[in-house]
Amino acid sequence: MSHRMFPKEEYILKGHAACPGCGATLLLRHVLKALGPNTYLVIPACCTSVIAGPHPRSAFKVPVLHIAFAASAAAASGMIEALDKLGKPANVVVWAGDGGTVDIGIQALSGAAERGHNIIYICYDNEAYMNTGIQKSGSTPYKAWTTTTPTGNVSFKKDVPSIMVSHRVPIVATINPAYPNDIYEKLRKAQGIKDGLKYIHAFSPCPPGWRYDSSLTVKIARLAVETGIWVLYEVDHGKFRLTGPSKNLLDKDKRKPVKEYLKLQGRFAHLREEDIEEIQRLVDAQWESIAKLLKEQE
Amino acid sequence: MAGKERLLLTGNYAAAYAARDADVDVVSAYPITPQTTVIEKIADFIASGELNAKFVRVESEHSAMAALIGASSVGARTFTATSAHGLLYMYEVVWWASGARLPIVMGLVTRALGPPWSIWSEHADFYTMRDSGWNLFFASNAQEVYDLLLISYGVSENQEVILPSCVGWDAFEVSHTYEPVSVLGREEASRFLPPKGSFKPSLSSEEPGSLGNLAYPPEYLDIRHTMRQASDKVLGVFREAAVRYAKLTGRDYSGMYECYRCEDADTIIVGMGSIMGEAYRAVDNLRDEDMKVGALKLWVYRPFPYEELYKAVQNVDTIVTVSRSSVFGSMSPIGLDFASLIASRGLDAKIADYVAGVGGMDVYAEDFVGMVKDAHKNTGRNVWWVR
Ligand SMILES: Cc1ncc(C[n+]2csc(CCOP(=O)(O)OP(=O)(O)O)c2C)c(N)n1
Ligand code: SF4
Repeated sequence: MSHRMFPKEEYILKGHAACPGCGATLLLRHVLKALGPNTYLVIPACCTSVIAGPHPRSAFKVPVLHIAFAASAAAASGMIEALDKLGKPANVVVWAGDGGTVDIGIQALSGAAERGHNIIYICYDNEAYMNTGIQKSGSTPYKAWTTTTPTGNVSFKKDVPSIMVSHRVPIVATINPAYPNDIYEKLRKAQGIKDGLKYIHAFSPCPPGWRYDSSLTVKIARLAVETGIWVLYEVDHGKFRLTGPSKNLLDKDKRKPVKEYLKLQGRFAHLREEDIEEIQRLVDAQWESIAKLLKEQE
Repeated sequence: MAGKERLLLTGNYAAAYAARDADVDVVSAYPITPQTTVIEKIADFIASGELNAKFVRVESEHSAMAALIGASSVGARTFTATSAHGLLYMYEVVWWASGARLPIVMGLVTRALGPPWSIWSEHADFYTMRDSGWNLFFASNAQEVYDLLLISYGVSENQEVILPSCVGWDAFEVSHTYEPVSVLGREEASRFLPPKGSFKPSLSSEEPGSLGNLAYPPEYLDIRHTMRQASDKVLGVFREAAVRYAKLTGRDYSGMYECYRCEDADTIIVGMGSIMGEAYRAVDNLRDEDMKVGALKLWVYRPFPYEELYKAVQNVDTIVTVSRSSVFGSMSPIGLDFASLIASRGLDAKIADYVAGVGGMDVYAEDFVGMVKDAHKNTGRNVWWVR
């Protein structure tokens, strides 16, 4: 796949405070390139509150409302209504971590989705509370180490995209920093749909949190898709479809073993062979449900 | 002169009329007794086309205030109303609104906090906002609700201030009691209010900047200090706005409080809200007994009008402070405020501090008479709970 000609304009400026190899920053860079300068970001407490850099400067070349942890979707609702009332059309985009989305912010997100507000809500999912030092969130994968699950997480990752689908929002999609073209297409599409909330769930590798070398971010992101642990898809007005390389992974033989993905990350270093097998079974089962869903949709 | 229209309104409807006449752009609210009729009436105004505003029907009070933060940050005129548990649920973002310097206006129908559940009036909820940087006003009847809300926009959106304002009024005694209220109508109100869009929005895609990002201690201190300086300008801006409002309506709040029969008083009762009507009656009764008593009803609570109140208490021997709030472990809020006034001005008036009207208990003139007589006996206690 050829790399799309992204706009040259950068909206994330030099001097931002992200860790080297931060997946979230890579994602946001492409998201903003896709959406352009008439974009208002609403950011709750999360790593990006720090990445933005300290007052009085801002590392983002778009207006940013920093807001309390649980409040981002509601603040975005008020903002889009105000911009509409004042006759200033713009993109209003929530950029929130997984904790701020699947845990403390889910009520406000659910409310904004139900109200059908014209906002793009992006959850960058680094699978733990990173800002506060790698604690388990509702999005932490089964068995993963965090500082509050020192022997591995016993619960399963919350499937918030499905919860959003059940809100009947026009668009639910996943993105991954290893696939910028896919990001571009999905964001441009979301931008064009005004009658409802567009929910984007983004895979967001995090070197310090996942315990891997910062040079491996894109490799890990790609392996997440190739092993089938992370599925690239879109649910457009209720209709599910696989996108990008995930389209070709329905056949188990096409998928790499999950072990290749897990073994690069310190957060999974404690896994025993049978744990890895169990995770493999869970991933395979997930793909079986996808195959079933696609059949039913035909 | 005076309102164009005189209507029979409850305090809550008066609040809705104020939002209508302020021509607000965005309203967001979540229902809680006894605030509900405020937002129902606003919904009616929007549905009938009398008010062209967006109503964000949120799923919680936290989201209501957050929605207004989002709306106000891009320049919209905003309104919400809540009560008790609603205020506490939104508490985090209440501080966010003032810290972000947004001219949001909120009505607070004061109600006791649970447990045990109570829907009746008490001001504990109002006092939780004391140090938040919001301008705090208190209305004791429906007319004052309407007037103080309109004046709030004049204060909050003043470029020297740009801080949110909250007007409190008592559950049921004010919120649900019908009284004649003069309302200005939108056109007349617009002659008083700052022009729409006159405050500079914090956020704009034409001039990208950020609101609320991380600040290291020196910058944090600087931002808070600037906020304090803005807050210090509020009373002057309030006075000026209230004078203009008085010219338009004949109703004058520029004194920041109302002092009833205070001229030669050696004792004054101080409080706020609907119970002050009975305090005025008590003053009449005590004057009949040749006691030199007056009563002072606060309209402006924060910033605390030290200078103005000094004028009222400088020649007084006894100040009977009455707070409608359960209070534990210290003097009552109004007692503390007046203690600080007296200490800072080197006065030697005695403070007799009372808590009354908790959980919606009625407070009658006889109760105030009892407080005054009790205060003169000087029993050496700090706070009295009445009834
Ligand atoms: C009400 C509240 N509780 C807790 C916090 C502390 N806090 C700040 S950021 C954060 C973690 C954010 O995690 P996530 O949303 O996953 O984003 P990430 O840091 O991983 O980017 C927490 C717990 C807070 N700011 N506000
Ligand atoms: S901790 Fe992780 S998510 Fe946060 S800035 Fe660093 S790499 Fe990015």
